[in-house]
Amino acid sequence: MAELKGWKELPIGGVIDKPATAKEYQTGTWRVIRPVHQPENCIHCMMCWLYCPDQAIEIEVVDGKPKMKGYNYYYCKGCGLCANVCPKTNDKLPEEKRAIVMKPETEFQD
Amino acid sequence: MPEVKNRQAVTGAQAIANAMRQINPDVVAAYPITPQTPVVEYFAQYVADGAVDTEMIPVESEHSAMSAVVGAAAAGARAMTATAANGLALMHEIVYIAASSRLPIVMPVANRALSGPINIHCDHSDAMAERDSGWIQLWAENAQEAYDLTLIALRLGEHEDVRLPVMVNFDGFIISHGVEVVDFLDDEVVKKFVGEPKVKYPLLDVDNPVTYGPLDLYDYYFEHKRQQIEAMKHVKRVFKEVAEEFEKISGRKYDVLDKYMVDDAEYIMIALGSTAGTIKYTVDLLREQGHKVGLVKPWIFRPFPKKELQEILNGRKAVVVLDRSASFGAEAPLYEAVKSALFNVENKPLIGSYVYGLGGRDIKVEHIKQAFEDAFVGNLNPDEERYLGLRE
Repeated sequence: MAELKGWKELPIGGVIDKPATAKEYQTGTWRVIRPVHQPENCIHCMMCWLYCPDQAIEIEVVDGKPKMKGYNYYYCKGCGLCANVCPKTNDKLPEEKRAIVMKPETEFQD
Repeated sequence: MPEVKNRQAVTGAQAIANAMRQINPDVVAAYPITPQTPVVEYFAQYVADGAVDTEMIPVESEHSAMSAVVGAAAAGARAMTATAANGLALMHEIVYIAASSRLPIVMPVANRALSGPINIHCDHSDAMAERDSGWIQLWAENAQEAYDLTLIALRLGEHEDVRLPVMVNFDGFIISHGVEVVDFLDDEVVKKFVGEPKVKYPLLDVDNPVTYGPLDLYDYYFEHKRQQIEAMKHVKRVFKEVAEEFEKISGRKYDVLDKYMVDDAEYIMIALGSTAGTIKYTVDLLREQGHKVGLVKPWIFRPFPKKELQEILNGRKAVVVLDRSASFGAEAPLYEAVKSALFNVENKPLIGSYVYGLGGRDIKVEHIKQAFEDAFVGNLNPDEERYLGLRE
């Protein structure tokens, strides 16, 4: 989370005085359910990448083709859209067969 | 004292329209409403005649008028509008946005009673409904002051330490439509006085892109409100500086408070706007009879001149506050503020509240005398609101 500034340090009028400051906003702090990528079940169709509202799907291009690598949890809000649109994920499949598993964030806390 | 070159008999509305012509704002967006209409009517004539370079936007409502000047001011334009009563009330939402976006818009307000029942005449309920909006409020006693304060308002609002919108209040009909003698400054003198617009974060500066009006939640909204509070603290100092400069070009002196016969006064009346003229006349009459009376008229109501009033009211026998608006279920706005200011004064005067002139009801010398006479005999009750010119 970006350090919060005091009133004397801020531009007046609620003005944002430079572009693209949304990049500094850690929307990942909103997340209560975490999508977890299981690459062994993934067909790299890029549906999750297409639908993610936060561009939090990380990909790499291998031999000219995109590969799903996982999540940028700094921005991922845990909305679950990726799991919802994933053709290799649904409620009827056992968890170990899914490409994306939604897990409570509490499981990841120290 | 500078020579008077241009003395004319005009209405307050003409005086303000002429100030606007001399300011030559980049944008004026307005919607007509009695008794503001002639201000914009005269100004529109200047636009049609090519006397100004202003982009005039005849909008479909006051909400749009204020929105348009907010947009223009954010773009970096010098923007003005004018309104009254229900028009101001319709602007209300954007009035707050103008102040919180720190846009130095200047808006003359021809003070008129708010509906309902519908009434087009003078009282101060329209401006009082905006007293916590974050706008600076200046109050004129006559057409001359309305003209002068419009020019001063521009410099005040644009000042680096202020950056706030300014409302120039002038009593509807009494000032807006009454014909008086006004001394105008030369166009060139005004042009030099107002100078080039001082802009901050203009949207038209595409090399330095900024965002206006973003969502501002619990993490930053409070800090931005604190900045507005701070800006208000600078207003009185800057007003004095600008007024001093204005005196050099006009010979007319302005301050936070207009003080009339107060030096030795035992009884002081406080009022806003045109009624101060009637009070000054009454003060003269009562002085002839040996009563030590005086008047204090705030030229600035927001920010409230608390310190100045504390200094001047400390140790007086009595203070009578006249309000041209009511606060239903609470004390009248000017009275409430004055009474609150006196809490920490060493020698508290007796104080009394008088509401008068709602919906344009005439205020007469006899009413003002009546309030003063209550003070003379100690017949004031700080917890009682009384009414002047009201039928029982």
